[in-house]
Amino acid sequence: MPTPDNSAYIYDHVRTPRGKGKKDGSLHQFTALDLSAQVLSNLRDRSNLDTTLVDDVSWGCVTPVGEQGGDIARAAVLAANYDQYTAGAQVNRFCASGLEAVNIAAAKVVSGEATMAIGGGVECMSRVPMGSDGGAWAIDVRGAFPQYFVPQGVSADMIASKWGFSRTDCDAYAVESHKRAAQSWAEGRFKNAVIKVKDQMGVTALDHDESIRPGTDMQTLGGLNPSFAMMGEMAFDAVINQRYPEVERVNHVHTPGNSSSIVDGAAAVLVGSKEAGVITGMKAKARIVGTASIGSEPSIMLTGPSYVTEKLLKKLGMKVSDIDLYELNEAFAAVVLRYMQALDIPHDKINVCGGAIAMGHPLGATGAMILGTLVDELERSGKSTGLAVLCVGGGMATAAVVERV
Amino acid sequence: MENFKTELDADGILLCTFDVPGKTMNTFTKAALGDLETIANRAKTEAEIKGVVLTSGKTTGFCAGADLEEMLGGAWEVGGDLQGEAKLKANFDAAFEMNRVYRLLETCGKPVAVAINGVALGGGLEVSLACHYRVMGNGPKTQVGLPEIKIGLFPGGGGSQRLPRLIGVQNALLAMSEGKSFKPKEALSQGIVHEVVDEGKEVEAAKTWIKTKGDPVAPWDKKDFKIPGGGPYHPAGAQIFIMGNAMLRKQSYGNYPAVLNLMHSVYEGLQVPFDTAIKIESRFFCNTLATPQAKAMIRTFFFSMQALGKGSGRPAGVAKTEFAQVAVLGAGMMGAGIAYVTAMAGIKVVLVDRDQASADKGKAHCEDLLKKAVSRGKMTQDKAQGVLDLITATPDYAAIEGSDLVVEAVFENTELKDQVTRQAEAPLYKGAKAGSAIFGTNTSTIPISLLAKASSKPENYIGIHFFSPVDKMLLVEIILGEKTSDETLAKAIDYVLKIKKTPIVVNDSRFFFANRCFIPFTAEGMIMWSEGVAPALIDNAGRMTGMPRGPLEMMDDVALDLLTKITSETAKAMGDAYQPIPGEKEVAQMVADGRLGRKNGKGFYDYPADRNTPKTLWQGTKDMFPVTQAEANPAEVEELKKRLLYVQAVTAARCFEEGVITDPREADVGSILGWGFAPWSGGIVSLIDAIGIPKFVEELDRMEKAYGERFKAPQLLREMAAKGETFYSRFGKADKAKAA
Repeated sequence: MPTPDNSAYIYDHVRTPRGKGKKDGSLHQFTALDLSAQVLSNLRDRSNLDTTLVDDVSWGCVTPVGEQGGDIARAAVLAANYDQYTAGAQVNRFCASGLEAVNIAAAKVVSGEATMAIGGGVECMSRVPMGSDGGAWAIDVRGAFPQYFVPQGVSADMIASKWGFSRTDCDAYAVESHKRAAQSWAEGRFKNAVIKVKDQMGVTALDHDESIRPGTDMQTLGGLNPSFAMMGEMAFDAVINQRYPEVERVNHVHTPGNSSSIVDGAAAVLVGSKEAGVITGMKAKARIVGTASIGSEPSIMLTGPSYVTEKLLKKLGMKVSDIDLYELNEAFAAVVLRYMQALDIPHDKINVCGGAIAMGHPLGATGAMILGTLVDELERSGKSTGLAVLCVGGGMATAAVVERV
Repeated sequence: MENFKTELDADGILLCTFDVPGKTMNTFTKAALGDLETIANRAKTEAEIKGVVLTSGKTTGFCAGADLEEMLGGAWEVGGDLQGEAKLKANFDAAFEMNRVYRLLETCGKPVAVAINGVALGGGLEVSLACHYRVMGNGPKTQVGLPEIKIGLFPGGGGSQRLPRLIGVQNALLAMSEGKSFKPKEALSQGIVHEVVDEGKEVEAAKTWIKTKGDPVAPWDKKDFKIPGGGPYHPAGAQIFIMGNAMLRKQSYGNYPAVLNLMHSVYEGLQVPFDTAIKIESRFFCNTLATPQAKAMIRTFFFSMQALGKGSGRPAGVAKTEFAQVAVLGAGMMGAGIAYVTAMAGIKVVLVDRDQASADKGKAHCEDLLKKAVSRGKMTQDKAQGVLDLITATPDYAAIEGSDLVVEAVFENTELKDQVTRQAEAPLYKGAKAGSAIFGTNTSTIPISLLAKASSKPENYIGIHFFSPVDKMLLVEIILGEKTSDETLAKAIDYVLKIKKTPIVVNDSRFFFANRCFIPFTAEGMIMWSEGVAPALIDNAGRMTGMPRGPLEMMDDVALDLLTKITSETAKAMGDAYQPIPGEKEVAQMVADGRLGRKNGKGFYDYPADRNTPKTLWQGTKDMFPVTQAEANPAEVEELKKRLLYVQAVTAARCFEEGVITDPREADVGSILGWGFAPWSGGIVSLIDAIGIPKFVEELDRMEKAYGERFKAPQLLREMAAKGETFYSRFGKADKAKAA
């Protein structure tokens, strides 16, 4: 792990607000390239960054087809009018792509390859539907059959079934997520990070996260139908039950109300060496203390966060209690509930500003967004150390530990 | 050419009539394939041939597919002595023959039509799919289908490539993974055939197509070809594959290599040009054929079923018995069921019970079964009435006189059985049939030789053991007492065959063969429960072995009170030798508390009144034995599965050692038909043969140490291991019926 001298530091980060991922969502009219370029332009302009200092842009994108295909990172760099010197690579670690992109940028800085690098990502889920890039794992029997492939929602329902989280537990978690997100917006906790997305004429089209329902309650959420019961009963419950035969039956607890919502958005984190701060005169917000990814059992798919946390903390010689704040992407309520249970983390230390259940999960960007939220919240609350982590399709997880400087 | 007769008509159409000499049904032997190649080459090179029509010269059907005798004999795996890749290549070449020849026909440049004038299954449909036009006769028995999966294979003659390209992936996968057959109208609506015509008009219609349209290019060889419904990376097609993969696991529990290889073949084959696709198919076919499961399933489901169905265990030299009348003693569920299946075979039945009301109740049960058959359209009302009229319900033993056979099915009580045997034998052994009649008992627990003591003619006394429900279960165990004669055995087999059941012949032993092997399965489930294994884990692991149900739910189905009764009677009968099964006291307690199993909605599970709501485990089991193993990794699950299967298999091996059963085919078929033993294995001794005797013994030694004496390897297995034998090499029998 890097020492403070050769560490990567976070100098700045921005994100778009998250627009409802449907045809009537406020960001539906924006191309993935446009959103990416607006984020990169903002990041540059607000600190008059000389982009010849930025060696590379790692850009998360989970469905890299159509407008998101063909290495959107390079296209975005050029569309944002960065110097042509700045390279770009599209990164896909499914839901952790945005954090993985930052981790790659950090690694480039730590290794000396880059003075500055940007990690971030984009996902226009309303325009390029999830899964529309195909992928052998689920479609090719060579992947699906031996690994007991099931759709993520069924995996999340299995997590709830195996570790005993009820529908009520999950809905209660969701209510709290909306409450925290609404409060955070009200207190302006996101104001430093969130840019205004401007339309084709330069008029503000969206300046806030669109999917938060501050007033939601147990009764409202309780009325929603389980999202994965039908496909589960057709075949997938039986599949994952063969991998977890100790569970009598999959209990379908997840609904659109207690799962992350589908949204459009983009985010970027500017990473650089200590020296980069000297050259640019920018003050680092945080040091990236360590990063890690891990593979975990692929059928249940979403239990990786606790394992990658244990792996990373062990490497850093730290304990769970050494972390002041946790950000775990709220893919599904049960993922967070299981993480808290497995590592014995109190609810008031995790996702304190709300999460994707309230604000949405733009797949390729979320990792960069929650890392930014973590850095800002450490600063706001005067705390020191934070850990951001995401569960990942295929049975993976990616994490980073940061400390305020 | 030996297998095809050819005839060139004035229009230049070469009619090729498939007619394998000396066989009742056409199959594709290597020789027949060679003849087809000759036809394809002639069509390609001879200018006067304008088109080809294939049809069959058999009244039995068009073609039943590849010749399985040749296949099991190794004609499809010629690389036996070679090593490594050379062996694999030789096997590929042998298996690819069918694909190569069919493709030759398909690309001969002349239009080829097939006149399907009877059943076309497996390779029979596959050759038809390689023809450019398919006419199907509308015969009552004419069907097409790709049933290879039922014998542990998948379509390896282009079927897994042509069918999805023809009717779409979803329908093709359904047809092939279930081995479904299609009647003419279904085949037409599915798009498997182009035209259905009256029987006898098939060739004419095929020729008309050649003369009027006659397109010699298959759809998949045309430039603009698209897979109907989309291939794997078409948005809709992708969903079919994702769901298909899940359905295959749901249904197969990963136990059937053929199912998996079918999916591989379809997925990979659909992404490449046709000539490459059939090579991919043949490779996966070779991989499938190389599995012990495929060989065992072909042997059991095709050859052994056929042999047993012809009475392979029947002593030669005894004239076939005709059954005019059968008397059934005891009109309970079993007796009534026996009366029903007997009457269904056109035999007069005298159904006797202690009073008229009891006897009538049995006949009423038959009437219910018949009503059901009529309401489902399986039988006409007239036929049903005819069957019912064959059954006479009476309390009068005198009515037994003139019967060819008595089947005794009264309660499992030796004194009662002795009494009714004496009562029934008096009229049975007088009058016209006195010299030829025999007496069968449907006991499931009491030794035949013990019961035979009550008989005046113990040489005529035999066990005829049905399984419940009698109308559905296909197996009948025939049990020989010490004195049972060969003639009596032959007659009992004749009866079983007459009522369209499959007989296996076993020697006298407690619980005979089937129940003796099956009981340890449920007992092992109880032992696991007593060890603290979570009940959900026990039953899920049980289902994953390929058994129809987990052990605990199976006990619920049988009924816990019945099991408790059998347990206590067995304990009484065995005296000091009886070893209690852990958990039997707890089950007895459940019965005492009114938990009788599925029949009263309470057992190991709670059963909601609404049949569509799934049952849920009764939480009280955990108070009886606290759960200590709440979860299991895959290796631990494998171990649970192994225990559940091996405890049955080692019992079967003991049955061979003791001479309770002597024919491996009967053990295999009996295990599958009798208690649903993991069909993927090809049966209970095929499982052992596939594991390999030395490996099986090694595992048993380990498991005996870990779990107890019930896993102790019998001396027979050690001896077989030392000699390098298998059950089929040591006990395999020549087919007596065939010899006779």
